[in-house]
Amino acid sequence: MTVRVASEWLNSCSGCEISIIDLGERLLDLLKLVDFVHIPALMDSKYLGQKGDGKHISLPDADVGLISGGIRNAEHLEVAEEMRKKCKIIIALGTCATHGGIPALCNSYSNNEILERYYSTETTDKPDAFPSEGLPELEERCFALDEKINVDLHLPGCPPHPDQIFSALVALLEGKPPVLPSKSVCDTCPTIREGKGQLKKLRRFLQEPVCNPDEPLDQMRCLLEQGVLCMGPVTKAGCGGDQRIPRCISARVPCRGCYGPVRQDGNQMTDMLNALASNGVDVDSLSEYPSLLRFSGAHGRLRPPRKEA
Amino acid sequence: MGQVINIAPITRIEGHASIHIKLNDDGGVEDSKVQMLSLRGFEKFVEGKPAEELPRIVNRICGICPWHHHLASNKAVDACFGVTPPPAGHKLRELMQTIAHAEDKLLHFFFLAAADFVIGPDSDYAARNVIGIAKANPELATKVVKMRQKAKMVLEKFAGKAIHPVAGVTGGFAKPMSEADRKSILGEMQEILDFALFTMDFAKTQVFPPYLDTIQTLGVINTGFIGTVDDEGALNLYDGKLRIMKSDGTYTDFEYAEYADFIGEHVEPYTYGKFPYAKFWNEGFSMDLDNPKGIYRANCLARINVADKISTPRAQAELEEFREKFGRPAQATLLYHWARLIEEVYACEHAIDLLNDPEITDTNIRTSAEPKAGWGVGCVEAPRGTLIHDYSTDENGLITRANMIVGTTHNIGPINMSVNQAAKMLIRDGKVDEGILNRIEMAVRAYDP
Repeated sequence: MTVRVASEWLNSCSGCEISIIDLGERLLDLLKLVDFVHIPALMDSKYLGQKGDGKHISLPDADVGLISGGIRNAEHLEVAEEMRKKCKIIIALGTCATHGGIPALCNSYSNNEILERYYSTETTDKPDAFPSEGLPELEERCFALDEKINVDLHLPGCPPHPDQIFSALVALLEGKPPVLPSKSVCDTCPTIREGKGQLKKLRRFLQEPVCNPDEPLDQMRCLLEQGVLCMGPVTKAGCGGDQRIPRCISARVPCRGCYGPVRQDGNQMTDMLNALASNGVDVDSLSEYPSLLRFSGAHGRLRPPRKEA
Repeated sequence: MGQVINIAPITRIEGHASIHIKLNDDGGVEDSKVQMLSLRGFEKFVEGKPAEELPRIVNRICGICPWHHHLASNKAVDACFGVTPPPAGHKLRELMQTIAHAEDKLLHFFFLAAADFVIGPDSDYAARNVIGIAKANPELATKVVKMRQKAKMVLEKFAGKAIHPVAGVTGGFAKPMSEADRKSILGEMQEILDFALFTMDFAKTQVFPPYLDTIQTLGVINTGFIGTVDDEGALNLYDGKLRIMKSDGTYTDFEYAEYADFIGEHVEPYTYGKFPYAKFWNEGFSMDLDNPKGIYRANCLARINVADKISTPRAQAELEEFREKFGRPAQATLLYHWARLIEEVYACEHAIDLLNDPEITDTNIRTSAEPKAGWGVGCVEAPRGTLIHDYSTDENGLITRANMIVGTTHNIGPINMSVNQAAKMLIRDGKVDEGILNRIEMAVRAYDP
């Protein structure tokens, strides 16, 4: 018997869906076992009937529902609720769905500030009113999926590595609970950590790090110990897939936290500031703090600053 | 009140959009609108962030073309901080961007668009997709999946992360290319070039011929075009000057930093997306099918229309054959598919040229930078069109202002027009079926939005 899969994308970029396609030949194998019944990226199943005359969003029943993206407008919410109704298991696919992701950086601003800037850039003929005719209204902020619907499995990553998508789907096909990474990026990073607390300030990533490109990564000193912000200590492992080596580190670039916090309810900003401070690093040497939550600004973590009275 | 049809969502495209069609009492099309339903506000929320972090933030605008956002952003940041990458840093960026183009076009042609032609526009929607192709022609599907994966894995293996890349850095590139890497990637790109040539031939002999009438009629509109060309007027995807061509073939070239003098963005009340138009034509903005004003198109068909030539031999031969058949500028919307495959050949050939450049393995790949106040515009040709990132920074190198014009947005006006044209042509006497609605979507899909 095949398993029916429905896939939806909400406040997202389609990177998670491309990561599914990046399963490559494994996708062809998977297609023998699963039946995609709805996936707007690849097939023409419509919300309002195939002849476009329906009044309400209606999706087919499915065993597994994959949802990428957070919830930012009324249509996202309606689609998410319909997916929840029609799917036995809901997987929050990618960090936008699990923690808001990059688009949740908008949570530092009011909707009006966002609209005001977008419709008054130097090239824009500023309208008298913001567009609204027949458009889904913005929610008050960008929500992670589990702030609005029940989620059965969180599969973070920006995007999630195809290896994890594959193993999660295969586990579900076999009726087993999927096993996902639970460690931090640092725990899977091969670079050399000496642990000596001489570092007092962080510098911006504007020069080459010290490393010999001919040598493997396990000969390179940890980038954080070299004085560059790296979110590895407070970020969930898994970006390297079955190969384990963190992907940004393999390009000799520091981690920015795209798998979200190590624990689902962790706070990457406070955890990182605490980690730095307890190692004697002056946290004021960071240019600003909200970027530490750039992948996990939902769940009320990022908010507009309080206005001065 | 007349009947209303909502094609929601538009499928096999890369974003959130729907088509709203209103019929009149006689069952003809009174009005149609394409609605872009998503608004994320990158222009606002990048404010206050360290400029060098932007290439790793704005790539999330699009998961299909993150390399292009990543690199346009890096160029803008370089300009803000007044740094120039060393030659190898520049070339590694260009190589990655070119390979990303090669991967993207295979994705669009086979995974998104081909089913309309290969399975057929009127066939059952459950089979009219890449999964249907995989079932109908497993041998071809396996080949396609392997080749696209190969291009993607070249990026992933060398640059660490292929979706939402990180290897472009302020002042250059994060990692040099070893001779072993170079040889291995060269071998992979030669295989992908062979496949690109096979695809071009396959499309010309087996995919397009039954649809030549459709190509000449569906979604056809008359507009100008935008693209990037080098100093000799040849197609360039990574760098050069911008060229906007009128429908009569006359054109104006300008530096991309001057874009705001040439391009405006119009706003309509029914869509979050803005409508870029050629402000400097001084004719305003109108999507009237018979008398459009300010309308130009972007993406592959536009690029090969504005380019005088292509610098690589096989793609140039294809361009000559294309022009012989369809003229310059070619206006038929479905020719985007054809043009895309010509660009696929170019991207593979150009990547091989870059890999054969001895400078590509130089280890001097990055110029150090200091944060400072500045202004910078970065531009590349993304698969979906001319992509512009424009930033200002304060004395700490934090973003004070950002404007972005993303590839697909140039085509929002033209997409509206093509949908309107297709709907008016196909919907008569109130008769609507799935095949007709899918054909209207085909007019959208050609633009690969």
